[in-house]
Amino acid sequence: MNTTAPAFGDTVYALTFALLLLAPLAIAGVALINTGLGRSRSAAQALLGNLAIVAVAALAFAVLGAAIAGNLFPWGFTIAAAGKPWNWLGAGPFLLHGLESAAPQAQLAVLFEFMAAAMAAMIAWGSGADRLRLAAGCAAAAVFAGLIFPLFAHWTWGGGWLAQLGANFGLGAGFLDVGGAASVHTLGGLSALVLVWIVGPRTGKFPKEGLSTAMPGHNAVYVLFGCLLALVGWTAWNAAGAILFLHAPLAVLAGTTVNTLLSAASALAVTFIVTRARFGKPDASLCANGWLAGLVTSSACAALAPAAGAIFAGAVAGLITPLLVELLELALSIDDPSGAITVHGAAGLWGLLMAGLFAPQSGQFLAQLVGIATLLGLALPLIYLLFAMLNRVVAFRADQDGERIGMDLHELGGGAYPEFVIHRDDSYR
Amino acid sequence: MKYAGLLVLPAGFFLTLAALVLFDDPERRMAFVVCSLVVEAIGMTVAVRGHMPQRKAGRP
Repeated sequence: MNTTAPAFGDTVYALTFALLLLAPLAIAGVALINTGLGRSRSAAQALLGNLAIVAVAALAFAVLGAAIAGNLFPWGFTIAAAGKPWNWLGAGPFLLHGLESAAPQAQLAVLFEFMAAAMAAMIAWGSGADRLRLAAGCAAAAVFAGLIFPLFAHWTWGGGWLAQLGANFGLGAGFLDVGGAASVHTLGGLSALVLVWIVGPRTGKFPKEGLSTAMPGHNAVYVLFGCLLALVGWTAWNAAGAILFLHAPLAVLAGTTVNTLLSAASALAVTFIVTRARFGKPDASLCANGWLAGLVTSSACAALAPAAGAIFAGAVAGLITPLLVELLELALSIDDPSGAITVHGAAGLWGLLMAGLFAPQSGQFLAQLVGIATLLGLALPLIYLLFAMLNRVVAFRADQDGERIGMDLHELGGGAYPEFVIHRDDSYR
Repeated sequence: MKYAGLLVLPAGFFLTLAALVLFDDPERRMAFVVCSLVVEAIGMTVAVRGHMPQRKAGRP
């Protein structure tokens, strides 16, 4: 998967550009979901954090990330091992030098990567809700968008060694990451896991005795409206990814879009049924998580699967989501307010597997497994190492006072809802 | 414990690379890659368990 093959006509360029203009709606949707699933006393800090992270990620990617991702020009560092070339690092110009003279397809790929870097960097922010400092979130976003994301983006989208698995080892078309299920969502979900490990749970979440304390999101309307916004952005994102990285003809775009919707729809339906069966009533935040998990799954396989396959993939994502969210919280003591580890990490991995199953080329499933092994075996420890080092420079966690009065007052000096009376929290008695 | 788990993860990744380099036969390659994923799963389990006691104790 690289961006050098077939030439782009004006129509395809215009269509892809138009699709990429809609993609930020997915970012807006996830920002609303992140905010709504946190507490009311941290709402302004949460939404400002999303905005700041998008800004920092864009700057970090422009300054350093785009050079590492190396999608603008086909340059890269290659080593030879076992008689095969392993392209492991992009060597593009810093600060997007020469963007205007690059091929149209490469320019659009860079635009796609800007959106992807912003989205991926934002995913972990929701998991650190109510205790992660704004400065730490921005610093983590800079490291993520400047170093970690571009490295993986080069391997998958920039003609790197994962993309070359097909040419070098006969594994299908190489690792397929059409809509960013790996480079954006799984990578973002893994960074959320690392961040939760480093920053720890919210105060009072896991008391020394008894079950974990329920800390529901403060605004289901934000969350559910965010899901609807995300759908618009995701359909555009998946279609643009199919054109750019799968070189799909325009005739398949309607099918890709339908599959995106079907995957999300089946995931929501299954999550609705599961939560109703378990709790007696459907759970709004888990249903939102299910919907988003279906969209994340579609990022990997919407352009490759038949309609029935998209429904199946989404349904399994919708089944896994509420069960895994519960498992992480109750059994593994992982405090993930936005559910990003499940929604982006687990659903992304599931989608990548499904892409291997539905892709027509032989050996594709193995290529997907190699990509998954790289995400878990290399990306996760790398993120942990970098975030742990960063935590020593910029403390991730707010102090006790910040958690008690809320991140809005603590970091911004004013709340998102100044007329509301903030109820006393039982966990601080 | 948590660092031990995180160190096991790259071991799984290098097994994957070894599978690509050492084997031409798709079935052997698949078996080796699956084994590397099992190693990574063990590493993940250890890392998750290593982080758990800290959380169970909670913050005062």
